Amino acid sequence: MTRLTRDQIAARVARDIPEGAYVNLGIGLPTLVANHLPADREVFLHSENGILGMGPAPAAGEEDWDLINAGKQPVTLRTGGAFFHHADSFAMMRGGHLDICVLGAFQVSAGGDLANWHTGGDAIPAVGGAMDLAAGAKRVFVMMEHQTKSGESKFVERCTYPLTGIGCVSTVYTDVAVIDVTASGLVAREWIDSLTFEQLCAITGAPLARI
Amino acid sequence: MINKIVASPAEALAGVADGSTVLISGFGGSGMPWQLIDALIEQGARDLTIVNNNAGNGETGLAALLKAGRVRKIICSFPRQADSWVFDGLYRAGKVELELVPQGNLAERIRAAGAGIGGFFTPTGYGTALAEGKETRIINGRGHVFETPIHADLALIKALRGDRWGNLTYRKAARNFGPVMASAARCTVAQVDEVVELGALDPETVVTPGIFVTRVLAVGSTVMRGPQKPATPAAAPAGKPD
Repeated sequence: MTRLTRDQIAARVARDIPEGAYVNLGIGLPTLVANHLPADREVFLHSENGILGMGPAPAAGEEDWDLINAGKQPVTLRTGGAFFHHADSFAMMRGGHLDICVLGAFQVSAGGDLANWHTGGDAIPAVGGAMDLAAGAKRVFVMMEHQTKSGESKFVERCTYPLTGIGCVSTVYTDVAVIDVTASGLVAREWIDSLTFEQLCAITGAPLARI
Repeated sequence: MINKIVASPAEALAGVADGSTVLISGFGGSGMPWQLIDALIEQGARDLTIVNNNAGNGETGLAALLKAGRVRKIICSFPRQADSWVFDGLYRAGKVELELVPQGNLAERIRAAGAGIGGFFTPTGYGTALAEGKETRIINGRGHVFETPIHADLALIKALRGDRWGNLTYRKAARNFGPVMASAARCTVAQVDEVVELGALDPETVVTPGIFVTRVLAVGSTVMRGPQKPATPAAAPAGKPD
């Protein structure tokens, strides 16, 4: 089975982001999506620390540490971009103004619950803006490996890790499939050629239908 | 004549009491008021409750304040980072208390304090561990959680330019928490790269009006060329960012 690479997943997510969308990319895997948005498609990238119109990383030596993304990496500002303070930034996120956010995940449940901030136990928890995005963006895309490194499904009947949001996930993009969360449960929209639908179901830990 | 400009870091931090709640601006290193934090360490107040988005990076700024043992509790959204070893060690040793807050609640709770709001209901965190024990209400069919304001004794913020009335402008995304924090403390101290004459700031571009600012300290250019350490005034003279 040839799984998609992280960049191929990012490219697949990017295909579903239309011109004119206001989009927040979470830290980690979702950050890669920015590299796959075609230059001629105008998409407004939002960064929680007060940037709309975020551009790509600067050339080496051009870094400005007052212009960073949520992962605290240097970025640039596109022509037409704007800065604003944190309460305004989170009003955009919490007030339903973002069309799409893309988040990583530890687990997604059959009902679209998301767990992505804490693995429990004695790990030091960190939540950042994940709960605000989960609650506030019009659509929540999740980008994750289909299975954990030990082969367990990251789709679950019920999340065992602490929740980020309830019933908030719209679509999940994995290294083997694109799966929508619908009122009637998980529905596979597409999957890699080297898997049959039955094989996809076998590695997905929650009931799965097909379009 | 009103003059909020103070001459020294010691004057900027004069009178901070043990046990104070202190808002500190910044998102990672961007917008972190390094010089004011150094001055707070020098001033010596202890048993502090610190409110910041993070819990310090490397060994400077907020991490240095933690390392100096001055912090009893930190209220933040994202403590765990690749370079947060000072906090991690204190937390694991049980030497600092953590109140983890979703970042939007952090900003809005601070904003609420500044705006005289007694609390608010938000869908953020509903049904999660971070809402446990909090009042909830269904509004328009959706679960909401009641969140309370974060009032502070002191706010330490970083801005780009300020005048003697305390009007402030910021630089790029270093603005982040500065404006909301300025409004939420009984005493707000702003460090600025440059103090300018009254009238030099275009009124259309003032982000924080002086009513929210108590003291202003000029520190010289802090334009950063590295993620942790700002260029010091000695290395980068005022007005000439390296």
